[in-house]
Amino acid sequence: MSEFLDILALSVKSLVSQSAVFFALMGVGLNLHFGYTGLLNFGQIGFALLGGYGVAISVSMWGLPLMVGVLVGVIAALVLALLLGLPTLRLRADYLAIVTIAAAEILRLVFRSTPATPITGATRGLSNFGQDFYALAPFETQGTYDFLGSTWTGREIWAVLVGWFLVTVFSLLIWQLMRSPWGRVLKSIREDEDAVRSLGKNVYSYKMQSLILGGVIASFGGMILVLATGSANPDQFQNANTFLAYAALILGGTARVLGPVIGSMILWFIIAFTDAGLAALIRNDLIPDEILSAPDVANIRFILVGVGLMLLLIFRPQGIFGDRREIVLDAH
Amino acid sequence: MPIPRHLRACGQWAARVLVVAVAGFGVSLGLAIATLSPASAEGEIIRLTLATNLSGPIEGVEITVTDDAGDEVAQGQTDDEGRFEEDLPGPGEYTVTINADDLPEGVTAAATERTVTVPEGGVGRVAFALSDGSIGQSGGLSRIPQLLVEGLRFGLLIAICAVGLSLIFGTTGLTNFAHGELVAIGAIVGWFLNVDAGIPLIASTVIAMAVGGFVGWLNDVALWGPLRRRGSGLVAMLVISIGLSLALRYLLNIIFGGRSQPYSDYRGQRANEYGPVALTDKDLYSILISLVVLVLVALMLQRTKIGKAMRAVADNRDLAASSGINVDRVIRFVWIVGGALAALGGVLFGLSDEVSWDMGFKLLLLMFAGITLGGLGTAYGALLGSIIVGVFVQLSTLVIADELKYVGGLLLLIVILVVRPQGILGSRARVG
Repeated sequence: MSEFLDILALSVKSLVSQSAVFFALMGVGLNLHFGYTGLLNFGQIGFALLGGYGVAISVSMWGLPLMVGVLVGVIAALVLALLLGLPTLRLRADYLAIVTIAAAEILRLVFRSTPATPITGATRGLSNFGQDFYALAPFETQGTYDFLGSTWTGREIWAVLVGWFLVTVFSLLIWQLMRSPWGRVLKSIREDEDAVRSLGKNVYSYKMQSLILGGVIASFGGMILVLATGSANPDQFQNANTFLAYAALILGGTARVLGPVIGSMILWFIIAFTDAGLAALIRNDLIPDEILSAPDVANIRFILVGVGLMLLLIFRPQGIFGDRREIVLDAH
Repeated sequence: MPIPRHLRACGQWAARVLVVAVAGFGVSLGLAIATLSPASAEGEIIRLTLATNLSGPIEGVEITVTDDAGDEVAQGQTDDEGRFEEDLPGPGEYTVTINADDLPEGVTAAATERTVTVPEGGVGRVAFALSDGSIGQSGGLSRIPQLLVEGLRFGLLIAICAVGLSLIFGTTGLTNFAHGELVAIGAIVGWFLNVDAGIPLIASTVIAMAVGGFVGWLNDVALWGPLRRRGSGLVAMLVISIGLSLALRYLLNIIFGGRSQPYSDYRGQRANEYGPVALTDKDLYSILISLVVLVLVALMLQRTKIGKAMRAVADNRDLAASSGINVDRVIRFVWIVGGALAALGGVLFGLSDEVSWDMGFKLLLLMFAGITLGGLGTAYGALLGSIIVGVFVQLSTLVIADELKYVGGLLLLIVILVVRPQGILGSRARVG
């Protein structure tokens, strides 16, 4: 029983953990791309990678202040959005999907390659760039604190607090933007591009703005991730993560301001619960080793997410909060 | 990386030594990778293999292992298979040194010393890059013939995998992100049959192709067919294929384990020289098999009734249906053929680059590059585009590091979309 309570406490912690923050930020950006504008961006993790490495490289390799690092990350994400958008936003949806996933994979492969070692640290990644960030905390970050039955380090708390602050800011921004004429144009592009064009709007430019803003939001997610984990490593930015973010977004409900945020929290609750639950079952020999051994548990989440994504799209494409009329997924 | 318990149990897998012949560099490189054994009852072990493409395994090279204090903890020579194996006293940082004087005539090592950190029960790897200076040692342009042939082999392989992907797109409009997993399933089924069950690789391949065809059929019967009849949108189907791809890929990781493994047949072949080009027999046969299979596919598309029906459905589905073609039956056939071809491509890829759980995803993006270049949805376009991508990827190693060669292929994909999004054989109307 106490083991069950431990698992539950761990799962509750992950409701608000750095992972939930990271995927919430990725999801908020994706929601703008996919939910509101109808852009099929499959390379969201590439934007997060640039944000994370922007901070990590600027601070640890170039010795720049943290805020300059943040700026570098944002600018890098902006440039990526321009580079991806310029050739592909005029083309059909699946071309953007293929190009963005390819670009994210290119970035990861280049960052982890041996020739890039002097800048990115290759597969070892970078560390030692978080001091300025934790010095900003108004409380002691060295100690540990107890909340909701689980133990938090001061650093974790600070990273998560800043993360949720950013989630709030960007969610409010999206909420206001979507009430504005600008947001209404985006939504009508999603519904009928040609109709919008016939009204004299520059569809291409609106799509580009959406791609840039959503990408920049994801780059902040990457920054929080590397600051909270204390290291920037290329394999934190596996492209499967883009699809975890999609799962979170669709679970919560696309084209809803809080969809990706709630979706990310629920997703991480489920992931942490199954991870810890399966680990406990294996530990107590309730699942024989031949079927599943402890190192395999980390892979189970991707299987769950994959199957969950399929089931959601087949049976409830609007997710928990979404509105069926407002989703691109059923479009013919 | 996680390793399934059943693999860990048999010691020979536990420290499978990887010999990657990177012949693409012309300066035939032999990468000997010393694999550190995961936790076993005896404690940490170090194993490594020295071999190059032309010389084969290298015997009698003196190996010294020292700990971080500089004390010698293990010493010995490679055996007749080029292997070296010693126990380590515990986890920690070790330096492995090879005696360059023991290397055979003409073989040189880029570095004779490698440092590796061995975690407790963990896996560490260290590689010695050996050059046997066989072909094109001067580097530069003389490597081009070799790279062209390598590229042709790789491109034909991509084409075999991509023909199905392109036909599925052409007939159903589905951009199937789970196609890479069909490739990996074929390679892994072949691996289990060949290595665990001891069936010869050629027979294993035939069975793997049958399984691949069955998985393709199952895909259509259980998932895509019903969705098509329900009228699901293409974007929804695309995201569903992503979900399927994720679930299958990580399921394969659990079943197969996180490490790459070679087949047990046709290993350690030496390259034969054909004029300016050096090829192992398995590479040569890989090219021949690919060519024969692709010609058969082309003949099927061109001559047989079902092939003509496939092209008709890809060209204009409604028109095909109204002229009496059973579209659903044609699509099902496309899935079966696509699955079987993907499985064959998987085995051939596993033969040259080892089998791994995520090989399908790595190939998927190059397949997309190939079929986008050739023109989405056209069968011959997929063929042509894939070969160009394969050759381009190999030639790109002239200017960029070998480990980045796939990046070249992906960049090519992006450039194509800027310059000619409909591809070489595609029609403008498809761009949308």
